[in-house]
Amino acid sequence: MTGKTKKQFIEREDVVVKFVGDSGDGMQLTGTLFSDNAAIGGNDIATFPDYPAEIRAPHNTIAGVSGFQVHIGKKVHTTGDLCDVLVAMNPASLKANLKWAKIGATIIVDADSFDERSIEKAGYKTNPMDDGSLDKFNLIKAPVSSFTKESLKELTTDVKTAEKSRNMFALGIIYFIFDRKFDTTFEYLDKKFKKNPLVSEINKTVMKAGYIFAENVDALESQIHIPKATLEKGKYRNITGNVATAWGLLAASEKSGVPLFLGSYPITPATEILMELAKHKSLGAKVFQAEDEIAGICSAIGASFAGSMACTTTSGPGLSLKSEAIGLAVMTELPLVIVDVQRGGPSTGLPTKSEQSDLYQALFGRNGEAPCIVIAASSPSNCFYFAFEAAKLSMEHMTPVILLTDGYLGNGSQLFKIPKMADLPKINPPIAKPNDPDYKPYRRDPETFVRQWAIPGTEGLRHRIGGLEKENIIGTVSTDPQNHQLMVDLREAKVQKVADFIPLQTITGKENADILVVSWGGTQGAVLSAVEALQAEGKSIAHAHFNYIMPLPKNTADILSGHKKIIVCELNSGQFVNYLRMKHPENQYRQFNKVQGLPFFVNELTAAFNQILEEK
Amino acid sequence: MENYTVERSKVELTKEDFVSDQMVKWCPGCGDHAILSSVANVFPKIGYRKENFCLVSGIGCSSRFPYYVNTYGFHSIHGRAAAVSSGVKIANPHLSVWMATGDGDSLAIGGNHFIHIIRRNIDINIMLFNNQIYGLTKGQYSPTTPMGSFTKTSPQGTIEHPFNPGELILGAQGTFFARGVDTNPKMMTEIMFEAARHDGTSVVEILQNCVIFADKTHAQITSKDLRDDHQLHLKNGEPMLFGKEKNKGIRMRNSRLEAVEIGKDGITEDDILVHDQYQQDPGLHLMLAKMAPPHLPIALGVIRSAMYPTYDDLVEEQIKYAKENSKIKNMDDLLNSGDTWVIE
Ligand SMILES: Cc1ncc(C[n+]2csc(CCOP(=O)(O)OP(=O)(O)O)c2C)c(N)n1
Ligand code: SF4
Ligand SMILES: [Mg+2]
Repeated sequence: MTGKTKKQFIEREDVVVKFVGDSGDGMQLTGTLFSDNAAIGGNDIATFPDYPAEIRAPHNTIAGVSGFQVHIGKKVHTTGDLCDVLVAMNPASLKANLKWAKIGATIIVDADSFDERSIEKAGYKTNPMDDGSLDKFNLIKAPVSSFTKESLKELTTDVKTAEKSRNMFALGIIYFIFDRKFDTTFEYLDKKFKKNPLVSEINKTVMKAGYIFAENVDALESQIHIPKATLEKGKYRNITGNVATAWGLLAASEKSGVPLFLGSYPITPATEILMELAKHKSLGAKVFQAEDEIAGICSAIGASFAGSMACTTTSGPGLSLKSEAIGLAVMTELPLVIVDVQRGGPSTGLPTKSEQSDLYQALFGRNGEAPCIVIAASSPSNCFYFAFEAAKLSMEHMTPVILLTDGYLGNGSQLFKIPKMADLPKINPPIAKPNDPDYKPYRRDPETFVRQWAIPGTEGLRHRIGGLEKENIIGTVSTDPQNHQLMVDLREAKVQKVADFIPLQTITGKENADILVVSWGGTQGAVLSAVEALQAEGKSIAHAHFNYIMPLPKNTADILSGHKKIIVCELNSGQFVNYLRMKHPENQYRQFNKVQGLPFFVNELTAAFNQILEEK
Repeated sequence: MENYTVERSKVELTKEDFVSDQMVKWCPGCGDHAILSSVANVFPKIGYRKENFCLVSGIGCSSRFPYYVNTYGFHSIHGRAAAVSSGVKIANPHLSVWMATGDGDSLAIGGNHFIHIIRRNIDINIMLFNNQIYGLTKGQYSPTTPMGSFTKTSPQGTIEHPFNPGELILGAQGTFFARGVDTNPKMMTEIMFEAARHDGTSVVEILQNCVIFADKTHAQITSKDLRDDHQLHLKNGEPMLFGKEKNKGIRMRNSRLEAVEIGKDGITEDDILVHDQYQQDPGLHLMLAKMAPPHLPIALGVIRSAMYPTYDDLVEEQIKYAKENSKIKNMDDLLNSGDTWVIE
């Protein structure tokens, strides 16, 4: 670059950058280009898109604000609390997001967009650029729109095109601030617009113009360097939790040799799993978009009976609709993976916001004694492994598994070390052999209590199953009192037995720390960051993060005992803590809860933990 | 298009091959017994391996059906048989999937799944036991109970307009619709054989008598003195004649169907409509499905049997195409596709 001044470099362990603008401003793409570039450059990344709830909200209003947050650093566990750099393409997006900027953050605005009408539409009384309300920040008034137009003078005079490529000007500024090379991004643009090289040229030109602008702005005193991540060697990609979930299911299907069937009905924020699986017919996945959630799960149960690795994907309201059918899968002892990408509830609740809303529902939301295996993923990339695990446990134990993820995990993205299929564990479903003279529908493995999977079409194994209580071993309908007791006990014992097949619970920190922080599912990144921060200060604090919930790992009692205090943190009113009170009443539990449709922030957790540590 | 056929039995099967060891628990005199017998008769005739039959049902008296047939069977939950059987068939198109369901099971709680399975034309044979009542729960009115009927939940008579299942099925773009009656097992067997031959969703409505809670609900059609004048037995390619002497027929006049007598007012057999069950246009099929006494006889037999691609075949086609044309052949390919980078 042809820099006027050489600016000084500062080192930062991690930085949070948020791109915000109107829905049509291309903020998702801008953020993705930046995070991919950072990842390829060797940083660890985590991203989260912040879509407006409305599809086509009025232009330049708060309702139409779309954002994309990128956390880059040497090692990042979360998508970041508050941002260090905020790029706001219009007044409404600044208004909606200023509360997420750190004091002293660099705020880059498109100064051209702050005309009277847009300022008023955003709900500002006065122009925030001049009224002193941004004094606490490092405000960069960038003439994004006019400079974009100017830079394109020789390429196009089309106003719309210039308008559309404004985001690339902002991206150019960011590339300067973080001293990024254009190469990967330019390659991407060339590939994307192979058929239309002019568009690629326009984007590149605008991006360069943004870069040069930044170089010459005095307010940008320094450039930021972020040390490379200390990641394990290997091949990486960026992946969202929903795509990782879809791929984990596909991987389990390939590994087990059992074809995948998905029956599902679209619902935010789970729909991407359905859309992703629909793309992979070449791997034999059969994807059935059902007429509702009930048909989604019931078709999956039918497919499971017919010998498929059956799955259904949904979010809270959909899980409610599936309750009766989950009971059918429990009763018929058929494998079934139910993925619940949790969102704010009850009812329609907060569809686009995350919450650990459905643990009670997953554990208890059925009629009768209907135990299911319940597991929870804890990062976008480990959704892959927990989806794989859900399918494995479900098939090997012949029972439904509920996998809980959430909107943050599902839509958030993270680096993913690409596994080799050969390295994944084997999956051995108990498929009954043709003409087995000993086959009985409800004969069980004496160790695991698992019945066999006799697939229609197989010679010599014709049988009938259903939702009515079955007589032990032979599987005919039975209302016998003792038999019902036995079958209820067997179904429970079968699920409890799974504890022998899952990993022991681990703990980060000392086993007899003053406080043990307990969390589960999607909050791992934030809680771990908070615990590590306090551990670095020498505080006596440990962390146990649960991914296996029903059954709990066998050493759970040991893990929980031996700490002076236990605090259970959840994004609900206390569903896991009450489950622990029920399962391990010998301990005293405190709880830290938040139900705002927002993730935990590291600083609110450290504050809460410090307060407990300071108590006498 | 390739057809995903069901494997045929190498040996000749008999009715006994399909009778299960379970005691049949329907009330004595219930129409369901005759339907069971027809199915046991027709399955060996259809000729598939017995392991390739799969029976799915919902909940109701009628839905106990799978327990009594010695095939693979699944007694699911109320209203959901259509969804369960859709999954069975899509997962394994080599099965001959049959569904037993009631007027409550499929037209009330399961109405949504019922119209959608038909719209998709998944190759499943649906037997809709229409007794115009909720049998299993002991006599509440159903979506097919005639207006004004007195039932346990309508002491002053029902005030709901009933569904005519045929109308609903054709409205949902049904490709196969037939109607039988439990008093005529021979015809039921013929209809079921045709249903099995049809590629796509076939619905066979069976007018079934519940002796306990809605006895004689179909008496207008089944009683000895009325049945010849009130039943039209449709046969493809044959004129629509009925009556004891086969001297009555159906003709089209002023865009309406009308029952006429041959020889009267100069009417000859040439005026009588000839049944074409295979025609694509459902217009006349719908008119036939809606015919009802006293002015018109009820149409029995195969009313519609039109050729359309089936959902399950199209699924296999798409998978085959994707397998042949996609660069992604296995999971390692997928995991390594798109933007990736190596960290040394
Ligand atoms: C979710 C649910 N709701 C209600 C019932 C009670 N129930 C069982 S069968 C039935 C109606 C059955 O009527 P129909 O489908 O016509 O079958 P029939 O007994 O007449 O053959 C009802 C309401 C149930 N089993 N499950
Ligand atoms: S109640 Fe009616 S439908 Fe049910 S078995 Fe008895 S006669 Fe048949
Ligand atoms: Mg009924």
